[in-house]
Amino acid sequence: MNISLTLSEKTHELLSAIMPPSVASIVEMILIAVVYLTFFAIAGLFLVLLERKVAARFQLRLGPNRVGFQGWFQTVADALKLVSKELTGTVKADKFLYNLAPYFVIITALMALAVIPFAGYFQAFDINIGVLFIIALSSIGVIGILLAGWGSNNKFAMIGAMRSGVQTISYELSVGLSLLTMILITGSLQFSEIVEVQRNGWLIVQGHIPAVLAFMIYMIAGTAETNRAPFDLVEAESELGAGFHTEYSGMKFAYFFLAEFINMFIIASIAVTVFFGAYLSPFGITESLPWLGLFWFLAKALVLLFLMMWFRWTFPRLRIDQLLTLEWKYLLPLNLMNIVLMAVVVWLKLTIQF
Amino acid sequence: MSYFSDIYNGVKTLLTGMGVTGKYFLNSGKGAITQQYPENRDTLQMFERFRGEVVMHHDENNEHSCTGCQKCELACPNGSIEIIWDRGLDPETGKKKKMIDKHIYHFGMCTQCGLCVNACPSNAIEWAQNFENSVYDRTQLTRVLNKPGSKVKAGIEE
Ligand code: SF4
Ligand code: SF4
Repeated sequence: MNISLTLSEKTHELLSAIMPPSVASIVEMILIAVVYLTFFAIAGLFLVLLERKVAARFQLRLGPNRVGFQGWFQTVADALKLVSKELTGTVKADKFLYNLAPYFVIITALMALAVIPFAGYFQAFDINIGVLFIIALSSIGVIGILLAGWGSNNKFAMIGAMRSGVQTISYELSVGLSLLTMILITGSLQFSEIVEVQRNGWLIVQGHIPAVLAFMIYMIAGTAETNRAPFDLVEAESELGAGFHTEYSGMKFAYFFLAEFINMFIIASIAVTVFFGAYLSPFGITESLPWLGLFWFLAKALVLLFLMMWFRWTFPRLRIDQLLTLEWKYLLPLNLMNIVLMAVVVWLKLTIQF
Repeated sequence: MSYFSDIYNGVKTLLTGMGVTGKYFLNSGKGAITQQYPENRDTLQMFERFRGEVVMHHDENNEHSCTGCQKCELACPNGSIEIIWDRGLDPETGKKKKMIDKHIYHFGMCTQCGLCVNACPSNAIEWAQNFENSVYDRTQLTRVLNKPGSKVKAGIEE
């Protein structure tokens, strides 16, 4: 087994020096898993807090401000509460599927993190079909949702799961196609190469008009795919009485909840990588300081996350038919036209490069 | 062509919406409308339209304007209002007329829908702004709205 774990070249050398190679690679994997799980947990908690803070500002409220300084420990308290809650379930549920579903959702979210190039030295798994890998993974998340609805043995959860499934699968098309548009410029599905191409200008500049269109489509479809408002029919609390995760409680519910936020982060991360030069600094101002890559990556991702939160707290929720109309009647045809446009741009060498 | 103009209009209205909330976002540091409740309990001002509980207004002579018409009792969807009435002699005219004995309001069942207040033809009942209504025993939530010894204001019935 020879998986290139880019993150750990130095650690790899260090470990190989003191133990046999097979043990070294296992230790390495465990180390990386720990790093990513920590990152995952912190990012999840932070995003929930950020969402609440941002939402408060958008709605002229105060937001969490009790626990710790300015409410910074609010989500930690929330997490403790969720962990300590009782795990209830329904008697007639399909126990195995019911318990399996949250892990499906959360593990796919975790796996997707692995291929994202947070910085040149911080990418666990630089696979040559990176983009495809991520798109494929996000489809597995749907299975988790459908399992949750089916396993709950509750017709409302089932309907909720169907609704969510239809939404995720539909918008997946747009996500995939808009990423494909950008792949036409880079000519590679490998994330590290996609980043390298952008040393001559971020892809959104290189591809100009079709790239901006692709970005807009990507953001809309990405927001929908993560089931966030205005596309959050999945759990429209006030209108529908929650969806596929109605029967889940405590930590199992928290998995779905956390996965939503991590997915949001992943969507933002892919957008940063594919449109905004990942960890490359604007105009190469910190080219000589590669360790700043992580900072740039997170800064860009935060801007996009903020944009998604802005969507959420501005737009009213769509109805299911409007949701499908948006995808099948508007986004998809536009996307296909956009691909042709991009192909023409690339073919006639109209891309802008510095 | 309406297809493309739809898209254009859609994007335009979405951006307008984002402009509005964006402005809120930038200004909300100054203008948050939330109140820090337990701390500001002494200075807290409730809004005029806030529905705390139904009360009956009494003036300085301990007179109210409830004629006992029972419209509120009828209007209440969950029977939170009970009016115990009898016919008594009007001291001025000497005629018999309907007078309330007790206007009972079961606050514990009230959904604050406001239908009773709207239904009252003489504006005898209105909303109070108090809201810390938790008690340990729900019998405390059954209120008699007319104060003891109160009577109807003159000239209301006509
Ligand atoms: S507010 Fe509504 S529920 Fe309450 S007493 Fe009046 S009519 Fe009844
Ligand atoms: S409170 Fe108003 S509606 Fe109710 S009995 Fe008295 S006058 Fe009639």
